[in-house]
Amino acid sequence: MALSTDEVGRFAGLLESNGDALTTAWTDAVATLLRGRLSHAELHRQIAELQKGFQSALAGGAGDLEADAAGELRGLLSELSNTRARQGFSATETAVSIFALKEAMLTVLGQDGDINATTLRDYVSFSAFVDRAGLFTFDSYVRAREELISDQAEQLLELSTPVVKLWEGVVAVPLVGTLDSARAQVVMERLLQTLVDTGSPYAIIDITGVPAVDTQVAQHILKTVVAARLMGADCIISGIRPQIAQTIVALGIEFGDIATKASLADALRHVLRKADVNAGRRGAGRRES
Amino acid sequence: MERVPVLKIGDILLVSIQIDMEDQTALQLQEDLADRIVETGCHGVIIDISALDIVDSFVGRTLATIASISRVLDAETVVVGMRPAVAITLVELGLSLPGIRTALNVELGMALLARERDFEFKDIDDDEDDADEAVVAAS
Repeated sequence: MALSTDEVGRFAGLLESNGDALTTAWTDAVATLLRGRLSHAELHRQIAELQKGFQSALAGGAGDLEADAAGELRGLLSELSNTRARQGFSATETAVSIFALKEAMLTVLGQDGDINATTLRDYVSFSAFVDRAGLFTFDSYVRAREELISDQAEQLLELSTPVVKLWEGVVAVPLVGTLDSARAQVVMERLLQTLVDTGSPYAIIDITGVPAVDTQVAQHILKTVVAARLMGADCIISGIRPQIAQTIVALGIEFGDIATKASLADALRHVLRKADVNAGRRGAGRRES
Repeated sequence: MERVPVLKIGDILLVSIQIDMEDQTALQLQEDLADRIVETGCHGVIIDISALDIVDSFVGRTLATIASISRVLDAETVVVGMRPAVAITLVELGLSLPGIRTALNVELGMALLARERDFEFKDIDDDEDDADEAVVAAS
């Protein structure tokens, strides 16, 4: 539903002649909605910029937001939603900043006192234009937010899966946070690669920082242990909190012959004893021969 | 057809697989190894698969078969150097290669074999001691 050419011309004229009044009315409307979370001067600057964007788009003959002449306006709108998204404003607060132009336009339209059918029709089609601009803002806002979230998720993934060397031949993975499939995959790959790189025959998976263990998380941990075994390393699970032990039993999860310990210290002691026994056996063999 | 070389080091046969394992190659290796174990009287077999990108179900099963055959011929088999990606794939496929002993690298594999051997002899020694004691007790 694009605007007709003479409508575009009329709106451009209206915006131009009532520029200051519009900006003020618009800024006031937005300011009450944002409840002072942005300074008035800053808001006024943004709104003035937007108003200029609308004006130049309409002056350029853009009957639609997709038109070439509206390119600058689109840029302004997405920039506004990007900054708003990063500043923590809600989607409504962002979109309403655009919709407030309608209110401002109404005060300007009613100024000279003769409201007739043409004014009404103009108002409705201008509203439709502003609505599309608002929706565009909404879309950009969501996109910006999604980018933000995926960036953070990636950072989280990198941050939270260190593999540390505890002792000669013993590595440990302290798991912190919820374990989903993607993270479990990263943990598994890192742990196995570290085993190969360091030649450590023992690995400890510490789940003290995992808030909840469901069947899926258990499945991920079991897979990691089995994969490590396939490669010839022994895996021990430690840091099982009482609550988690109860959940594990209640869910009927079987860890089979995988060693489980209450604390990391216990696990390390277990591993060292095991390594000691193995070394002892070898030493005894050498002495005999 | 390419063949996988079997090297004898002391009491151990070392097989390092450096080529893509086709079904025929795997079967040939199985035969060669059985022959060599009998021929040399070795008690340990180390199969190095660190160069293998893919271990399919057939190769996995062949490795298990080789381990079983060696055990019948009184030789312990250790598969060493499995890559993380291979291990993950095998786990995802649900193949946990039961009956195969594994180690991270050749060195650890040799240590494992040496340990197993000592342990075995120690058991026999213990059994003999027990037998002696039994005789003493009887007399």
